[in-house]
Amino acid sequence: MSGRRITASLRAIFARDLSTLLRGAMGRGGAVLPLLFFLAVAMLFPFAIGPDAKLLARTGAGVIWVAALLAAILPLDRLVEPDVEAGFFDQWALRGIAEEVLLVVRIVAHWLSFGVPLMLAAPISAGLLSLSREQLIVIEQGLLLGTPGLAAIGVTIAALTAGLRAGSALGGMLAIPLAVPLLIFGAGSLQPGGEGGLVLLAASSVAALAIAPFAGAAAIRAGRE
Amino acid sequence: MPHCRLAAYDIACRRGDRVLFRGLSFELNPGEALHLSGPNGIGKSSLIRILCGLLRPAWGHVEHEGEMALSDERLALDLHRPLGEALAFWTRIDQAGGSRADFGLEDLLDVPVGYLSTGQRKRAALARLAASGARIWLLDEPLNGLDAHWGAAAQAAIEAHRAMGGIAVVASHQPLGLQRLRVMSLLEHLP
Repeated sequence: MSGRRITASLRAIFARDLSTLLRGAMGRGGAVLPLLFFLAVAMLFPFAIGPDAKLLARTGAGVIWVAALLAAILPLDRLVEPDVEAGFFDQWALRGIAEEVLLVVRIVAHWLSFGVPLMLAAPISAGLLSLSREQLIVIEQGLLLGTPGLAAIGVTIAALTAGLRAGSALGGMLAIPLAVPLLIFGAGSLQPGGEGGLVLLAASSVAALAIAPFAGAAAIRAGRE
Repeated sequence: MPHCRLAAYDIACRRGDRVLFRGLSFELNPGEALHLSGPNGIGKSSLIRILCGLLRPAWGHVEHEGEMALSDERLALDLHRPLGEALAFWTRIDQAGGSRADFGLEDLLDVPVGYLSTGQRKRAALARLAASGARIWLLDEPLNGLDAHWGAAAQAAIEAHRAMGGIAVVASHQPLGLQRLRVMSLLEHLP
């Protein structure tokens, strides 16, 4: 393939990935579902522990991170599996487009349809949990650094479990332990003296992003055997 | 159409513990077509996937010059999109003025792919294959679900592709009405 054709192909694939992930397809929810889930957790938490503003402010940041992690699990079953099942990855392979490149594109599209909405919803969650402005700023910074890592882990796990029966249930179980460092550093960055957390969060995200395309591509290729 | 060639040397295929076939060789040059025949489960689809590089053969190797296009039971079209949009996605990737074979899809371009019948989906898959501009066509059961009229149209499209110097490999349990067709029965290559 010529360079121009590869660019045009990747642009078409990115546009399709993004529209499918944002709008949802064939009975699989789009970007709205994880977002509502994220907000629902922030809304339920004060009901459960009571309206003590101090307690909420102290624990709220951790709740936001747990909610973000759980929201990341929701779309796992529609990240890769439908396209493997429908033969898209086979057709791309025939055209000489590497799975690694496809997964990079998909991680970016997934982050835009999942990470960015979470960042937009975080102020609402922060309000529900009576967090301060300063805390909200740190949360937004953390989400900016951490959600790309969550997106990368999500796509990797989705590729690993594509084609397995009960893949989505298994996917959640596999993704949670991998996402624990992001949760610890993300929530930790809000503790007093936790500024270093953001750096470690970024480092964890970069590690996940670096590994994800290769691990996911190997999984998709192995799934063909 | 530039030169193309597809050759298989001593291919063996194993699925799990079972060897499906072995010692399979052939060479196809421009304009030639090969019919892979045999009963269900003998490995026709596996052979097609080996030929296009999606499956590794247990033994032997495949050589090809020229791009390959595959049409199998996986549609690779978005079910929720109108047919026209779903096909346009591949046109943008292939950017080829492939043969505009007529599969009677003009009236269906606004219909979401998910609402199409089995035969209409098959025609859509063949249209995607024809538009790809690839020189080597690999077709897995292309006549499944097609009525007599469109079955003949599909074979006519394969003939037109060959006339332009293309290669076609057709896996089918049905007899084909193609000219100068080479037939290879996988039954002759059982382990």
